[in-house]
Amino acid sequence: MSETRLMKGNEALAEAAIRAGCKGYFGYPITPQSEVVEYLAEEGRQRGMVVMQVESELAAINMVYGAAGAGARVMTSSSSPGISLMQEGLSYIACAELPCLIVNVNRGGPGLGTIQPSQGDYFQATKGGGHGDYHLIVLAPASVQEMADFVYDGFDIADKYRNPVMILADGALGQMMEKVVFKEYTPAEHIPPKPWATVGKPPTRERNIITSLFIQPEKMETINIGLQAKYQRVRENEIRYELVEADDAEVLLVAYGLSSRICKKVVELARQQGLPVGLLRPITLYPYPYEILQELSERISSVLVVEMNSGQMVEDVRLGINGKVPVGFYGRMGGVIPSAEEVLHKVIEMFDRVELKHVEEEYHA
Amino acid sequence: MPETFPLDHLECVWEKPDTLTETRFHYCPGCGHGVVHKILMEAVKELGIQGDTIGVAPVGCSVFAYHYMDVDMQEAAHGRAAAVATGIKRVLPEKYVYSYQGDGDLAAIGTAETIHAANRGENILVIFINNAIYGMTGGQMAPTSIIGMKTSTTPEGREIATQGFPFKITELIAMLPGAYYVTRQSVHTPNAVRSFKKAVLKAFQAQKEKRGYCLIEVVSNCPSGWKLTPVDANKWMEENMFPVYPIGDLKVEGKLGERMFTQVTKN
Repeated sequence: MSETRLMKGNEALAEAAIRAGCKGYFGYPITPQSEVVEYLAEEGRQRGMVVMQVESELAAINMVYGAAGAGARVMTSSSSPGISLMQEGLSYIACAELPCLIVNVNRGGPGLGTIQPSQGDYFQATKGGGHGDYHLIVLAPASVQEMADFVYDGFDIADKYRNPVMILADGALGQMMEKVVFKEYTPAEHIPPKPWATVGKPPTRERNIITSLFIQPEKMETINIGLQAKYQRVRENEIRYELVEADDAEVLLVAYGLSSRICKKVVELARQQGLPVGLLRPITLYPYPYEILQELSERISSVLVVEMNSGQMVEDVRLGINGKVPVGFYGRMGGVIPSAEEVLHKVIEMFDRVELKHVEEEYHA
Repeated sequence: MPETFPLDHLECVWEKPDTLTETRFHYCPGCGHGVVHKILMEAVKELGIQGDTIGVAPVGCSVFAYHYMDVDMQEAAHGRAAAVATGIKRVLPEKYVYSYQGDGDLAAIGTAETIHAANRGENILVIFINNAIYGMTGGQMAPTSIIGMKTSTTPEGREIATQGFPFKITELIAMLPGAYYVTRQSVHTPNAVRSFKKAVLKAFQAQKEKRGYCLIEVVSNCPSGWKLTPVDANKWMEENMFPVYPIGDLKVEGKLGERMFTQVTKN
């Protein structure tokens, strides 16, 4: 039965992990996501989970490797500096094709940075992060509800493709409290059999080997071709996004996660002033919704990308828009959250520019 | 010479356990890895635990251990074998889990994972091959290289002032309460091989009884890296390695042996 509760994003995520049949959690405390391990240490253990606070994120991600390779549904969570430490393990996990869930509650950087919310890890999350040609599948929640929902989805997608899935949140989503409904979910109906797992070799089969080592370049290329074919399937089937008032929009905002919530408010404020503004909110950051951007570029006059970084996703938006209309960017960095008013100001500027362009066109005609 | 060899009339004095695959070892002539692999797999066979054993291979010369050991295996990132083994063991607590690691893997890049796995008392067996050199990458210094030892990165010999001391990590681990059985063995003579096999059997028994962390260091040779013939390498090992890394039990059934206290301050 579904159940409604008031919770922090980090706690909702942890509760959902238990309900999703997560068998093991391995992690190292770091602000602003330590509530995940704290919640699981109590609730998770009581409900049969292996929950380990270990010596480093390096150890944590390699325990995830081992446990996922042994066929268990497992996860880890951290925040930016800890996720950097995990990049080695993530590359190995991606190559060995082990399903697991990684949560990054993004904080401001670079370096030790700040503990305030940020979207500065977009490149790291979506373009690989570690060495070699690989991708995580990246889900970007924008509410406490989605912090919970994307745990079930993340695990299911990870199992479906035998690929690590990352939930890319931020410090605000992790810390804020909202109403959350836990849906009905029966893990046994979702977790597929894992005949490839190393659980001990019965006489009836060959030994299972989990590895990312293929010393012959031709074999290594074959492995890469297989991975790329998988990513192609992911791109074909898993793209998710949300459109808000985009049908008649002249200026399209593009934002994900916390920024998208601010931009929803901007759309509302702009519409009150009679300005046709809409929002595209990518939910999957990899695979990225390029096609809808291409489609929208036929009927909008400009785009404003809003991020809590120096401009990372804007590069993907430019790829999708492909030069059809101007793409502007507004960002705050280092843990600062932009206000709806400052974004609105930027939007109004864009309308002024568009109007000026219309006037110029009429003049030349 | 008859076409078929009259096997019926011969006594079998050597047999490859069927827990080893048919793949030929890639190891150099005289290298200890092959013997350790065989004894480890012999133990798995004798205990009848092939179907319940999961091995973790390292990075180093034995990176391809899973080509030879016919059990389910995972290949770990360099130094992370103890963490990978922990992950496996924690979700499959009734299975036998071992890692197989060299000196660079266990005592340099993976020091943190090694020590914390031991300190948690993980119910795993760690086989630690110490040949005091990085064989696979071409003979560079290891944390366990002895003083004065010439390697490709210590061409004048390892000196304390700049490279520090040989890392006696096995003594360090023996001190930890999570470690149940810690021993140092070798495989260069028939007697040594027999002793090593007993150690492996003892460690698997301890794991069955959930006693805690077991570490078997094997002081081994590297004829290629040391640039010696196999026979000379074993001689060099006895004369130079054994004084620094003396063979014997350091900790049995959770109790430190006397040897531990006499050796820990030496060298």
